[in-house]
Amino acid sequence: MDVINLTIDNKPVVVKKGTTILQAAKEIGVHIPTLCYMKLEDLNIENKPGGCRICVVEVEGRRNLAPACCTEVHDGMVVNSHSIRAINARRTVMELILSDHPTDCLICAKSGNCDLQNMAHYLGIRKIHYEGEQSHYRKDTSPAIIRDVDKCIMCRRCEMMCNEVQTVGVLSAINRGFNSVVAPAFEMNLDHSVCTYCGQCVAVCPTGALTEVDETGKVVRVLSDPTKTVIVQTAPAVRAALGEEFDMEAGTLVTGKLVAALRRLGFDYVFDTDFAADLTIMEEGTELLNRLGKHLAGDKNVKLPILTSCCPAWVKFFEHQFPDMKDIPSTARSPQQMFGSIAKTYFADKLGIKREDLVVVSIMPCVAKKYECGRDEFKVNKNPDVDYALTTRELAALIKISNINFRTLPNEEFDNPLGESTGAGVIFGTTGGVIEAAVRTAYELHTKKELPRLDFDELRGMEGIRKATIDFGGTPINIGIAHGLGNARKLLEEIQAGKSEFHAIEIMSCPGGCIGGGGQPYHHGNAEILKKRQKAIYQEDSKKAIRKSHKNPYIIKLYDEFLGHPMSEKAHHLLHTAYFDRTEEKG
Amino acid sequence: MPKIKLSDSTINIIKGICAEFQNKESELINVLHKTQVKLGYLPAEVQEVIARELHSSVARVYGVVTFYSFFTMIPKGEFPISICMGTACYVRGAEQVLSEFKRQLKVEVGESTSDGKFSLNCLRCVGACGLAPVVTIGEKVYGRVAPTQVKEIIAEYRQGNIQNDVKTD
Ligand code: SF4
Ligand code: SF4
Ligand code: SF4
Ligand code: FES
Ligand code: FES
Repeated sequence: MDVINLTIDNKPVVVKKGTTILQAAKEIGVHIPTLCYMKLEDLNIENKPGGCRICVVEVEGRRNLAPACCTEVHDGMVVNSHSIRAINARRTVMELILSDHPTDCLICAKSGNCDLQNMAHYLGIRKIHYEGEQSHYRKDTSPAIIRDVDKCIMCRRCEMMCNEVQTVGVLSAINRGFNSVVAPAFEMNLDHSVCTYCGQCVAVCPTGALTEVDETGKVVRVLSDPTKTVIVQTAPAVRAALGEEFDMEAGTLVTGKLVAALRRLGFDYVFDTDFAADLTIMEEGTELLNRLGKHLAGDKNVKLPILTSCCPAWVKFFEHQFPDMKDIPSTARSPQQMFGSIAKTYFADKLGIKREDLVVVSIMPCVAKKYECGRDEFKVNKNPDVDYALTTRELAALIKISNINFRTLPNEEFDNPLGESTGAGVIFGTTGGVIEAAVRTAYELHTKKELPRLDFDELRGMEGIRKATIDFGGTPINIGIAHGLGNARKLLEEIQAGKSEFHAIEIMSCPGGCIGGGGQPYHHGNAEILKKRQKAIYQEDSKKAIRKSHKNPYIIKLYDEFLGHPMSEKAHHLLHTAYFDRTEEKG
Repeated sequence: MPKIKLSDSTINIIKGICAEFQNKESELINVLHKTQVKLGYLPAEVQEVIARELHSSVARVYGVVTFYSFFTMIPKGEFPISICMGTACYVRGAEQVLSEFKRQLKVEVGESTSDGKFSLNCLRCVGACGLAPVVTIGEKVYGRVAPTQVKEIIAEYRQGNIQNDVKTD
């Protein structure tokens, strides 16, 4: 291996050939500020356009300053990361960026979480010495995401996410110079594009240029309406991340405080999407076993692998990009929608109220769920099964403005009957979790035997594509897992080419799964945060008394009292859905 | 945006051009260039075919089309008008000339008149700075154009008596 010796700020460093100044500096604890650059370690995600020049450093013997994020080190290099010249250059660059940026911080959705704002603060900018015309662009509002391109600093992180990680290809830099922005083709609105609303562009945007549609106002309004019963469901990944918004260590589980906060916000019943995740497993697991049984019996018409369908961004992705395969995914609705459907039938009946008087709010790590609950299939007489989907971030904002001291809240329990869940429901929040939950149930239903173990380590981890074979009492079942739509695409292309060896595949759009969802507290490029959230999810699972969906007593009761059995006609009507070919929709 | 339907033969021309460049995304600029030379312009529908053939995204293709001023998404008029916006022309009043053309033709830069006769574009220095401000219409070059002359110039083309000599008055 070629090694390079250099010094940074008078400290000697030895690194591998090909290392950048930025990486080398990091190894010896020298912090060089960056803005456009972003790297998610272990997830193979890196944005390195070398565009902003905030990271410039002085290199002895070199005439101009070097951008640390994209300059490779060489032997004998002498770097000064904070010389007067470097600092002045950074400040000049920053002032130039700010000269074409609205000074909206007081009312910007990103304020307090904005990398640009933090950088201006870090560099001590007090005056912008450059005045000039500012570029203006119309705002683009879609069902889930708002693009306010006036705040775009052309770091191109979103473009990298959308094109390289997700392979959706909606966003691209267009025009040139002063007029350049990141936009969909023909500058059409997002809702006319093939955008999946995965929200990964929002998750990495350093500024307020990309944000979720804020629906907290609407939720506050229904909460204060005495004629409405307002219930809430919270997705598994929320409890592993919400604490970060209140300065708690990443990976702190805040389930009990979350329930307490929702009660104090005035929700009449606080329920758990994990309950619906258990329900999803009952339906999806049964569907898997049906298809598998037919396949093993030699039925040539049955299609395998079966693909999970709980991620709405993934659903929209294959509807646009692989419409010929729309009969392969499970027809099971996502847990959010199963919850809404059961709430507005079974639970409304129990309360003896009309569905119109019951408002279902969900707290999701996800921006795509905002789009999902507006889909026509999930409405009855124009009344949606789920009325509003708030992100984890929106919930945090709501808690803050309501003067609730989150950190000192007691731990409280979910309400029943839609609040009881198993460990299987919890792990839906991470990549690998849905399929592990499905295995725990499908194995027992198939073999009629108790599982010898509950932790399937071979299904866990952060690798983009994972494979494992699980022995179902003599029948080997090949399982695939993909997170990030680019990885999903690879598995889909294998299926298309007839080369897939899998019986079942789990797909989640967001890197890491929902723990890395587009609606979660911002990770600011720190992948450690995602790993800590993942650990927290498995920790919650291991603490649960019941860890298999089919053992959830309230699920058993729901089938007894209301649904009959999995895949019954009623279940079909309420818990399953159809997919559509959207190739014609793109503009 | 208005949808146009590409004929099968047009689609085949585009596919042929893409194939000439091995359907490689890295050849996008060359593919666009050749397609525009062949078809005259690159409307959205053409970009969609190219994106599909090169396994790229439409947004990427559109990004490149809007980056290079050479590419155009609208059909060129029978008489393509270009106003030089280079420094010399700019300081000698090109902008006023441009706004007069816009006013007379009722089009914006990058558009064509509805009868398809004229299209309007801006250029960087065309190398005739001594004649600034410079306007070109097709192959012809007009020098020292004053806003007051614009109406007259357009009329000449409308009436069909196009002049061949370089105007230098
Ligand atoms: S939400 Fe996802 S698919 Fe849509 S533009 Fe952003 S990254 Fe691309
Ligand atoms: S929209 Fe945000 S992420 Fe995308 S280029 Fe602009 S500032 Fe960067
Ligand atoms: S992976 Fe989870 S958070 Fe991301 S889009 Fe899918 S459902 Fe939403
Ligand atoms: S961080 Fe290095 S150029 Fe932007
Ligand atoms: S600036 Fe117009 S011809 Fe040179």
